[in-house]
This record gives sequence, C-alpha cells and structure tokens, in this order.
Amino acid sequence: MSVQRNDWSLQRKGQIDQDRHKERVRDAIKKNLGSIVSNESIILSDGKRVVKVPIRSLDEYKFRFDYRKKKHVGTGGGNTKVGDVVGREGQPGQGPGQGQGAGDQPGQEYYEAEVDIDEIARLIFEDLHLPYLEEKANHAVPSKTTKFTEIRRSGILANLDKRRSILENIKRQARETGEAQIGPFKKDDLRYKTWEEQMTYESNAVVIAMMDVSGSMGEFKKYIARSFYFWMVRFLKTKYDNVKIVFISHHTEAKEVTEEQFFTQGESGGTVVSSAYRLALEIIGGRFPAKDWNIYPFHFSDGDNYYSDNDEAVKLADELISTCNLFGYGEIGEEGASSYRRSSGALLSIFKDRLKSQNRFVGVRIDDKEDVYPALKDFFGKRGDQA
Amino acid sequence: MIDKEVQDLEAAVEQIWDIATTRFGLDPFPVRFEIVPASVMYEVGSYALPGRYSHWTFGKAYHRMKMMYDFGLSKIYEVVINSNPSYAFLLETNSPTQNKMVIAHVLGHIDFFKNNVYFSKTNRRMVDEAALHSRRMSEYEFKYGRKVVEEFLDAVLSIEEHIDPNFFIRKHADDDQSKGEKKSNKPEGRYDDLLSHEELEQRIETADQSDERKHKPSIEAPEKDLVYFIMRNSPSLEPWQRDVMSMLHEEMEYFIPQLQTKIMNEGWASIWHSRIMREMDLPTSDHLEFAELHAGVVSPHKGQLNPYYLGYKIFEDIEKRWDNPTEEQRKLFDRKGSEGREKMFEVRELDNDISFLRNYLTEELCDELDLFVYQLVDDEEWTVTEKKWERVRDQLTANMTNFGFPYIEVVDGDYDGNRELYLMHRYEGVELDMKYARKTLEYVYKLWGRDVHLETQVDEEPLVMHYDGQEHDEE
Repeated sequence: MSVQRNDWSLQRKGQIDQDRHKERVRDAIKKNLGSIVSNESIILSDGKRVVKVPIRSLDEYKFRFDYRKKKHVGTGGGNTKVGDVVGREGQPGQGPGQGQGAGDQPGQEYYEAEVDIDEIARLIFEDLHLPYLEEKANHAVPSKTTKFTEIRRSGILANLDKRRSILENIKRQARETGEAQIGPFKKDDLRYKTWEEQMTYESNAVVIAMMDVSGSMGEFKKYIARSFYFWMVRFLKTKYDNVKIVFISHHTEAKEVTEEQFFTQGESGGTVVSSAYRLALEIIGGRFPAKDWNIYPFHFSDGDNYYSDNDEAVKLADELISTCNLFGYGEIGEEGASSYRRSSGALLSIFKDRLKSQNRFVGVRIDDKEDVYPALKDFFGKRGDQA
Repeated sequence: MIDKEVQDLEAAVEQIWDIATTRFGLDPFPVRFEIVPASVMYEVGSYALPGRYSHWTFGKAYHRMKMMYDFGLSKIYEVVINSNPSYAFLLETNSPTQNKMVIAHVLGHIDFFKNNVYFSKTNRRMVDEAALHSRRMSEYEFKYGRKVVEEFLDAVLSIEEHIDPNFFIRKHADDDQSKGEKKSNKPEGRYDDLLSHEELEQRIETADQSDERKHKPSIEAPEKDLVYFIMRNSPSLEPWQRDVMSMLHEEMEYFIPQLQTKIMNEGWASIWHSRIMREMDLPTSDHLEFAELHAGVVSPHKGQLNPYYLGYKIFEDIEKRWDNPTEEQRKLFDRKGSEGREKMFEVRELDNDISFLRNYLTEELCDELDLFVYQLVDDEEWTVTEKKWERVRDQLTANMTNFGFPYIEVVDGDYDGNRELYLMHRYEGVELDMKYARKTLEYVYKLWGRDVHLETQVDEEPLVMHYDGQEHDEE
C-alpha cells in the first residue's frame, strides 16, 4: 500500500490527442465550408467571436438503436404515474437528454464544434482576392507595415534573438577559452532584433453592394444575399485596408443606406433593377472616378425584374461594366428549386444573352444555402488568366 | 507541508484498509494511490487506462471532461484501475475528508474486481499490456503514417463493442483444439521434429487444398464476435491491421466486465465507503462534509438512472431481507435470518448487472425508487408508459443486454460465393439508427474490403442494407 505524489508536469498525452481532435475539426470545417458559410449561427452571430457549428463527420459512428424509438427507464421524485410527461422532444437539457443505461447514451445528433469566426474566415479567404485589381497611381494611399530588419546589441528582451545570441556566446567562448562551446552568458553576447516601419502603397478600390429588397425577396432569399455580403464585407475588411464599401438597397427606387440598414431592412414593393444601377453610376461619377478607383459592383436579386425595365437594366449594366473592374450578379432562386425551373424572364439569362462585355461579368445562380460559398469563389476566386 | 499531507493520507489508508479487511471482510488487491493534478486525472479518466494508445476520440473526451471540470460542472474524485496491484488516482484538490471517502470507495471497487466472477479472466497486468499496445501502435504510425493508422482505428472502433463477452472460453477451446491437432499417438523421440513420409505426403496434399480453403472463412458463422471474425477472415487486411484489431479486441475483453457490472460495482463501493466512514470516528465537521458528499453520490437523478443509487439501494435491501426474512421466506427458502452480510458477499461474487436486477430488484424497491418506463409518444412528448414493476425490471434488463448495443452477428463470410460479408441484426423490437448504421457499414466495408450487407427490420419488415464501397442500397 502506498501513497505517492509524482511530478506530472510533463504529461501531455491528453493535450496531444486533444490537438489531434482539433485538427480533425479543422479538416472537417475545411471540407464543410460550403454549409458553414451560410450557417445561421455565424451570419446572425452579432459580433460574437466564437460560434457553434454542427460538424457531422466527427461523430463516432456505431451500430446503435434509434434513441427515439426505444423505451427507457428512469427514476422519478415519487408518485410518478402512467401518462406523466417527463420531457419534450427538441428541448435539450430538459427531461431525458441522457439516459444512463449501459452504453445507450443518445448524445447529440451531431458533434458541435466551437469555432472562432476568424478561423473560419481565414480558411474561406485563403484563396480570395479582388480580381483585376489595377494600379491607380494617383490615389494610392500608404499603409504602414512593420518588419524586423536589423540586429542590434541593445533592445527589449522580448525581441531577443536567441540563435544569434548563442552564436555570439560560442564565438566569445572560443576566443577566451579556445573551445567553441556554450558558456555563461554575458551582456555582450546578447543580440536583439529591431524593426522598421515600412510604407506600402495599395490601390484604392470601392465595392458597391446592391441588394434587391422588393416584396418577392422572401426570408430565404434575403438570408442568402445577406450571408454573401456578410462574408464579402468581412473579407474586404480583413484583406484590404483601403476598400470603401457603398451599400445600396432597391425595390422600385434605389437609395444608399448604411451597413446596418443594409443588413436589417425589411422588404416591400416591386422591382426595378435599373434604379439601383443608375444610382451606382451616379455615385461612381460623383465620388469614385474610374481613373482613380478600382470599382466592383455586386448585385443580388431574385431576377424578377419589372418586364419593361429589362432593356434599361441591360443598358446600364453595360455602362457599369465599362467603368468597373468586375460586375457580379447573383440571382437567388426559390429554396431548393433546381435550375431548370427558373423563369425564363429572369435577369440572369437576359444578362448572359445580351451583355456586351461578358469577360468582366460574373453571373451566378443560387438555389441553396450551400451555393453561397461557391458564389464567393466565383466572384473573388483565382482566375485562369491571373496568376 | 506536502509531505505531511502524504503522510496523513498514508495513515488514513492504513486505517481504512484495516477497517475494510478485518472489520468488514473485504478482500482487495494491494493498492497504489497516486495524487494527481486535474489534467492527469481527466487524462486517465478519458482513456480509461493510463498510457493507452493515441486517438482523437480520447482527445475529444479529454477536452470535454476537462472543460466540464474547468467550468465547475462536474468533477471526478477518483479513477481506479483493475490490476494487481491496483492503481487509484486521487485528485490533488480533494479535501482530507473527500480523500478518505474516496479511498474507502476505491477499496470497495477493488474488492469487487478481485472477487466478482466476471472479472476472473481479466488481465491484471493490463496497464503494462496497454503500454505495449501503445508502443506498437506508434510504431505503426511511424511506419505507415499517422493518418493511415488513425483512419483504420476509426473503422475498428466503430465495431469495437461487438465482441464475444465470453471470449476467454473460446480462447481455451481454440488452444485445446490446436493442441489436439498437433498431438499424435507416437511415442516421443529425439527425431520427432523430422517429418515422417506419411506426414510429408499429407502436408503436400493440404498445400494443394489450401487455395480452396482460403476461400472458406476459418471461423464458422454465425459469429457474434465481429472484430474477431473480420480480423481472421477479412480478404483485404494487412498483417499490421490484423494486429491492431487484436490489440483493440484484447482491450475490449478487459473492459467488458466493467460494462457488465456498472450498477453492482458502484453500489458495492458506495455501501462500503459509507460503512467504513461510519467506523472512522470523524470529528463532527468532517462528518457533515462526508454526509453531504455521500448524499451527492447516492442520490436519485430525476428522470435518469443513477447506477450508484440503484446499486446501493439493492445491496442494502438484500442485506435487510436476508437478515430479517419473513415467515414465508423462512419456510419457503429456508432462510435462517442474520445472513445478510453473507448473502451480499455471495451476490458480489456471482452476479452481473442483469442477473442482479432480475434477481434482487423487488416490487417494494421499484416503488420506493419510483422507477418507470418512458418513451416518445407522437414524436414529441417523452411520456411515462409503464409503472408495473415486472415490466420496468424487464425493460431495464433488456436495455442492458449486450451492453446496450444492438446484437449483430456475422451470418455469412462468403456471401454470394463472392466473399462478401453478411451481417444480421437480431431484431428485438427496437430499430437501428439508420444513419449511424449506414456510416458504420462504410467502416465495416473498409475492414472487409468487399461488399457488406446488414439485415435488420424497419416497421416490422425485414430490410437488407448493402454497401459496395461507392453507394448504399436498401431493399
């Protein structure tokens, strides 16, 4: 019989396997970006940094009984009678969430990983960039970056260059004792890294985010447009210092709105797409002349444009394209509808048929939440003609 | 200071050991207690054995347990390992009173490990064995790549519980059989290792047949032990993969008695920690702390089933009924009275959870514990559907059958003459979770390497699920 207390401070097994698990979570997130991008808990996260995302591939699958079709045994507080309700389905944490019978833990339907939105963003934005970005020398705006460029004998300890310090130490030992090995350190041995501030110049860019908020844009369509813009705004803000974003919402009339209004506004009225394009052109003409700015208009709509407006819309879209780097149009279908059911009068097919400069036009169709991520890649992904 | 703490604990262990063995007649293995920080405690807890092989599922369990602890939601006071000598881990933040209770509780567990018949075949050096497994596993990781081993483990772990709980019986039978084959009637001599003419002929003949034989699985179906069957007969596995399966099989053999006796084991340990603590002359303040702790351990969890509580109550009831039998019991069963202690020890030796509940859960206890059967009604409300004690008891034992897992057998390892694997779910009224079954079938395919089939029932109709490595099909 003995009682012992040992030093376990180097024990890391659990930690290491926890990291293996984390790695699995990361892989799973990568594979599931499509569904994660449009996950409600992220889009509606209200600035929370950590969100829970269901990750199905991390379940530990086994042959098991259908928990909901099984009879269970429980203990009551006394006087339980047949017919008493002990819990309700779909309310976790209430009633029989966890049966204690041997091995029949029902558990959650799927594993929910807690992920940092920044982490997801990093994965999503990895391959995204503003396409066809051009030098617009006139309005190049400087931005500061710091770079460690120099080694000095004095500095702050946090910037100690360990490798060089050890080298210096060995050199000094070699000089003093004739043997090249590490000895006691002196102040002379220490070397510090110091940094320099460098100016880099980036081109100006403006993104014009247009969204259809007409009556036909229902819950699902609005949600899709918003999740796209959610990531777009985030992406632009993380990757570029000098990107301005202009928000325009339109039904029969268009108006410029704040970011908050843009993401929260309700819907009403019919659809006149040209109104948005006209306003965009006005804004470009007044505030963002094409010679100084890279311009990226994006527009999301259900394509259900007022019939007589189509000609005008095409004309203005062509005009937009001639002044901008890339024009992106996303057409959102009914939830779950497949492409063959799209109405023939929809704007996307009209654009594809009639726009003059197709190479600076990207049109995508979104019928499903999972299509948001591909749309992001279509708009901002790497292109064949660009390295 | 720290040494003083260890010394105090050593003294407490001596005292508790003495009460447990001489006063109450417990018979545990010698124990090595180790005081560990929370991170180590949860590590041992999540791996179930110290030094076990690495896998992300352990990391996931570790992370969850550690987080619950960090947030103050749950706490493990001890982990005890079934080995000889036994290991018990105490959380370093335990108070002296907590530690005393935990030590007493641990001795109850170890007495159970040593004396319950279902544990009689467990490997008492499993900690060493697990360490060896872990080393072999990391060698395979080094040789074949971590991802490769990990993915293979994912597949094996998906069916790890589907082994034969009485595997040791067959192990001996297999050994006997192979011995029997080798033995011949000839007298032993110094040239026995040379082959006689007839033997040589025989060997050549069998070599000719072996091609044909290879096609036939070497184990007869039906076979409950999926892991063993696949390990022996899979047409596709590499030797290292079979080795991994055998290691996991061995570890599962070790854990099975613990799965079979959860209620008894916890009940037994709780009975003895409470009695030992009562004998310990605690100062009043300590006694209050103990009473609170004890009440926390053996309390009913509303809506669920606390194994500590259930086991504790049943053992207590057994003692009472054999100490003071009714007239009827005296006459019918020849019970003399005052045999409570003796009976408890008999039960701890011979029963497992299923027989324990079937034999000793009485109507009075069912009422007192307010046990009931509940199920989902109209897909929305979990409703109490049964209070009759026999039905409750039967449901309880039914849910524990095969450790709560569906009973699945291999019925054909050469299905369709094409070495496909045909599994049969022995349906007993509860359907499989189909989504999980499909995913698990994919894992089985990975192990078997050819088409796999699983027959089960849905809506009382037979259904055969197929997976061919590409897609699922059901008919």
